[in-house]
Amino acid sequence: MAETSAAGAASNAEGIAPLNVLYCAVCSLPPEYCEFGSHFTKCKAWLEEAHPDLFERYYGEDALTKKAATLSLAAATALEADTAKKEKKAAAKEDAEEKRKMASRVTIKRIERNKKKFVTAVMGLEAFGIDLKKASKQFATKFATGASVSKNASGTDEIVVQGDVTDEIVEMLEGNVGVLKGVPADNIICVEDKKKKGGENSGA
Amino acid sequence: MFKKFSPGTDIAGQTILKSSVQRTIRNNLLAQWNIDQTTLETHIWPKKEALVLVKGREHLSIYTLHGEPLFFQHFDGPFIPTLKLLHKFPKVVPGVRVDRGAIRFLLAGANMMAPGFTSKGGWLPGPDAPLAVGTVVSIETEGNEHAAAVGILKMSTEEIKAAGKGVAVEIMCYLGDDLWNLAKI
Repeated sequence: MAETSAAGAASNAEGIAPLNVLYCAVCSLPPEYCEFGSHFTKCKAWLEEAHPDLFERYYGEDALTKKAATLSLAAATALEADTAKKEKKAAAKEDAEEKRKMASRVTIKRIERNKKKFVTAVMGLEAFGIDLKKASKQFATKFATGASVSKNASGTDEIVVQGDVTDEIVEMLEGNVGVLKGVPADNIICVEDKKKKGGENSGA
Repeated sequence: MFKKFSPGTDIAGQTILKSSVQRTIRNNLLAQWNIDQTTLETHIWPKKEALVLVKGREHLSIYTLHGEPLFFQHFDGPFIPTLKLLHKFPKVVPGVRVDRGAIRFLLAGANMMAPGFTSKGGWLPGPDAPLAVGTVVSIETEGNEHAAAVGILKMSTEEIKAAGKGVAVEIMCYLGDDLWNLAKI
């Protein structure tokens, strides 16, 4: 029954071709649903710039009057209030996220395994949106040693690199090499962990 | 179902499926969905490529190809296409439409109530082609082109029209939920 003429017409030896749906670059929804999302103002600005024709179609005079006709006044105001609230919430959330990012630290710890052998543990990279698996692979190829993602005692993920490569890792983080992007130099802490308790802290 | 879903905690494991299982799935898809074999093989799931089963909690199975979720299943219920797939091929499951007032709640993950379908902006298939309870439907919305959610009918379409109240469609996934935001597993 749903095999309508429109679908039938597009059908050939290749089957029915997939529709190419445009998604909003800001909120990832199809643009017609942006108004129900949490970034409406930003979405609107994006659409106006990237696809002016679609903007006219969705937010032009005609479209707005048509939309107004389908909703009762009360429902429309409720929707508007809701959108404003959502937007505010999303903005606050993003703000908090940014702050958290700025406040979080990357700790590089040198751990002594026996007298002359060390491993280097890197903690807190995930707070900056760095893929730990990819980062560990990068360390492994760069230093030609073993590097793995493992859970430490407190249950958070860390990258353990064999050998003492603290300084090199700091350099890599500062130089934004490969996947290690977006960590401010001030947020890097180097720690030394000897067998006996008590370490020396130095900012990088 | 995907209002809260994070790959870290809600995925129990991934396995490549046996080819015999894949064959069964392929046949089931062709039987359940309104799609022909060539389309399925050229555009969605090429014949040679292996489907990966991602197991979630509570007997949720998501089937992915190259890490992209294609469809999912709860227990051994019907196969439910993801919205991204549905946007590409809107005709694979039958559609119903809700009015504009319901969109706000739909995109928050609420189940759809009967009045949303029976009011002026809504649309249900006519009495000559009714849909039975348990049918997978795409939820379209008044004035918009693309589907906003996928759900399972809790009442047959004729019952919805007759009753005019109560939960009509249980929403499985909707625009902006965690499955939508998860581009790759």
